[in-house]
Amino acid sequence: MKEFLLGKLDAHALPHEWFTIGGTAAFILGAALIIGLITWKKRWTWLWKEWLTSVDPKKIGIMYFIVAGFMLLRGGLDAIMIWLQQALSSGDSYGYLSADHFQQIFTAHGNIMVFFVAMAFIFGLINYIVPLQIGARDLASPFLNTLGFWLYVAGVVMVNMFFALGGEYAATGWLAIAPLSGTQFSPGVGVDYWIWSLQVSGIGTTLGAINFIMTILKMRAPGMTLWKMPLFTWGSLCSMIMAVTVFPLLTATLFLLFFDRYLGMHFFTTDLGGNAMMYTNLIWMWGHPEVYILMLPAFGVFSEIVSTFSRKRMAYYKSNILGMLGVSAFALSVWLHHFFTMGAGANVNAFFGVMTMIIAIPTSVLVFTWIATMYKGRIRFGVPMLWFLGFIGVFSVGGLAGVLLAVPPADFQLHNSLFLVAHFHTMVIGGVLFGIFAGINYWFPKIAGFRLNERIGRYAFWCWIVGFMMSFIPMYTLGIMGATRRLDHYDASTGWQPFYVLMLIGGIIIMIGVALQLVQIIASIMQKQRLRDTTGDPWDGRTLEWATSSPPPPYNLAVIPEITSRDAFFEFKQRGGLPRAKYEAIHMPKNTAAGIYISAFAFLASFAFVWHITWLIVVGIVGIIVCFIARTFNDDLEYTLSAAEVEKIEKNRLKDVRSEPRQGRDDDEDMGLWEFIKIVVTWALGLIGIRRRSHGN
Amino acid sequence: MATEQGHVAESHEAQANDRIGFGFWVYLMTDLLMFAVLFATFAVLRSNTFGTPEYHELFSLPLALAETLILLTSSFTAGLGMLAAGRGDKVQVLTWFGITFLLGLTFLGLELKEFSEFIHEGYTWRSNASLSAFFTLVGTHGLHITSGLLWMGTALVFIWKRGLNAPLVRKLTLLSLFWHFLDVVWVFIFTIVYLMAFA
Repeated sequence: MKEFLLGKLDAHALPHEWFTIGGTAAFILGAALIIGLITWKKRWTWLWKEWLTSVDPKKIGIMYFIVAGFMLLRGGLDAIMIWLQQALSSGDSYGYLSADHFQQIFTAHGNIMVFFVAMAFIFGLINYIVPLQIGARDLASPFLNTLGFWLYVAGVVMVNMFFALGGEYAATGWLAIAPLSGTQFSPGVGVDYWIWSLQVSGIGTTLGAINFIMTILKMRAPGMTLWKMPLFTWGSLCSMIMAVTVFPLLTATLFLLFFDRYLGMHFFTTDLGGNAMMYTNLIWMWGHPEVYILMLPAFGVFSEIVSTFSRKRMAYYKSNILGMLGVSAFALSVWLHHFFTMGAGANVNAFFGVMTMIIAIPTSVLVFTWIATMYKGRIRFGVPMLWFLGFIGVFSVGGLAGVLLAVPPADFQLHNSLFLVAHFHTMVIGGVLFGIFAGINYWFPKIAGFRLNERIGRYAFWCWIVGFMMSFIPMYTLGIMGATRRLDHYDASTGWQPFYVLMLIGGIIIMIGVALQLVQIIASIMQKQRLRDTTGDPWDGRTLEWATSSPPPPYNLAVIPEITSRDAFFEFKQRGGLPRAKYEAIHMPKNTAAGIYISAFAFLASFAFVWHITWLIVVGIVGIIVCFIARTFNDDLEYTLSAAEVEKIEKNRLKDVRSEPRQGRDDDEDMGLWEFIKIVVTWALGLIGIRRRSHGN
Repeated sequence: MATEQGHVAESHEAQANDRIGFGFWVYLMTDLLMFAVLFATFAVLRSNTFGTPEYHELFSLPLALAETLILLTSSFTAGLGMLAAGRGDKVQVLTWFGITFLLGLTFLGLELKEFSEFIHEGYTWRSNASLSAFFTLVGTHGLHITSGLLWMGTALVFIWKRGLNAPLVRKLTLLSLFWHFLDVVWVFIFTIVYLMAFA
């Protein structure tokens, strides 16, 4: 009976180690704090109606940012824990983590950063910006969009669930390479949590990607041909096409691994004919393109920023697009370079080595188009531009390291070394994460209605760059010296400890950078009246997202203009503003909670799969089906804003919008760090009843 | 004015059809890629039988042929159903899709019969990698057929109750696409799994 009700779940699954107890307590406290705050402010109905059930891609984008932001802190904590262990654990000292726990941490770090941070930030940006850039009112399928988001949230909960129930995460590395991830070597629930958190969020990604392809290809403003499309939208399109190409492979592969573990099949086992190298092939067929899925929208972000901040049209626009298309195409045929050491033979290795080197060509084309855009431009060194400049240096170094790794004989030496780890962190942090930060700084005024503090933003940037160099240059060096990745202990005679300590210090500087980014946001909120963007166009932008107010109304543009050139909005500004046209009725999708319900049932089903609770599996799957049927056969999905209503909203909105952009903005009015600390300290002292003398008595 | 608004509404509906039809094609391609993984897995693992009989001793070719013919016929009747939907003939739609539904159910029954015979003789997905791949590939197709039947069943109930309105016709169009797609996948399964076992 107990087994029927609870499957494999029992008292041992409850938290009983310091990190599971700590993690669970942190999550419960955090949840209690948030729930208490919302209840206290009586905001539940508002939250549900305005946000959680919203199908507005702008609101979904913001929700992606918030969840991804929390996950960034969570994954960053993992990184610091890894570095701390490695800095301590030399010679007679064994650090503070057990080997098994250490393995779980680096696995979780990789999963969280790739799936639940980078992917989510990218989806957030695409959600918010792409519809605005192409002059669409919403997405092709607003429902699939909320479903994708909530499946992602279910994945986030799943990946953190092991703290509370189970006590262990996968200790297999972020791709759970077989046969290590089979039941023979990983009998616990860690790998199952890994499978289902990725499976659920990965299906959400596929759905989201289909949706964006539909949106970009079918819903552009009239006149916006593919060769007039903004480059961020182009990058997103390339990325989403790659996502629909490879995410099904991930889904299938995860299912095969799950069948091995749950049904006792033999795809990747060591016995009865299983083939573990097939797993490696399949997972990297997804895994390598995944990096480019993250990278391409970031390329797009940089193209937008370079062009705006150099006050120039993007140079070699078509070459840039061809570069992105080239990267997408080649990225699908390089996966084997992750395991040259498998022994596939010289010819196979040569092919994949050459393909990998070739991919540097379209990437270099991109880099040169950015540099050519800056050439003779009147460059403004705003924070987004700083991130771009940081990116281009770091990314070029990382790219060269990649070309080096693509040479099979060199790779035989460097395989699984810290050199490789340093290489891909250079690409993913220097490329993707810097792109995300640049994008957030660039589009923040559009999203929030006021721009971010430039001064503190610069401090954060410099902490990141310095910390990054300090962590990853020693990592490259250690890799060349022979340090393999994922070491929880090394001999003192290797002489590696100073490098590991340097990496830890660099990591701490990066953490200060992250803290400054939080301060940047808080300080900007405190000064938001002064930083307010009244024009909707704070950077003298070139694309359509700047043609509406900040933040935009739910329907984005009241009148969708006819596009005649790329940099459409810039052209309109030259000709004296958007063409006036008559307001028309607008069809808008209604909010729906179906995505939340379906994801909740998907979560229940996957939780039940982890713990072998058959009845709950049935409940979950039946729930999903019933919700789906209820949703698809519901025809009452839209509401219409009449032309008069649109006019009313627009009039109210335009009252606040000044027509002329403010000239010669002075960054000095942004609050500095010192001023921020003074305000916070005064506030904190006031809270406990102490007032400074200068305030009188 | 009224006609103009009617025209706008109609084009809004047509645009939605166009978008969703395109999106569904993209979805079908993602599904096809999932099948591609399963086909590749089967191709790699099929000879790893570890003592269970070769497939040509296991399979009954007449059964597989019967399944194939049934599924092909069901695709044909689904096509006739779509023609009827184009004419707005509710009774014929219900009839032809009803037949499609029964044919699909028969196909599924035959497939399950084959599976249960294998399991009865002791050849399960646990036996070896080859059978794991076989059960997964053919079973995934069967699961798709099952979800197609579920979809068809609910769509028919709604058509019976609400009549042939535009959203329902759109759903039928997507459903018939899905059904033909499963037919194509089955043709490959029939060739690669069944016929090639006798090659």
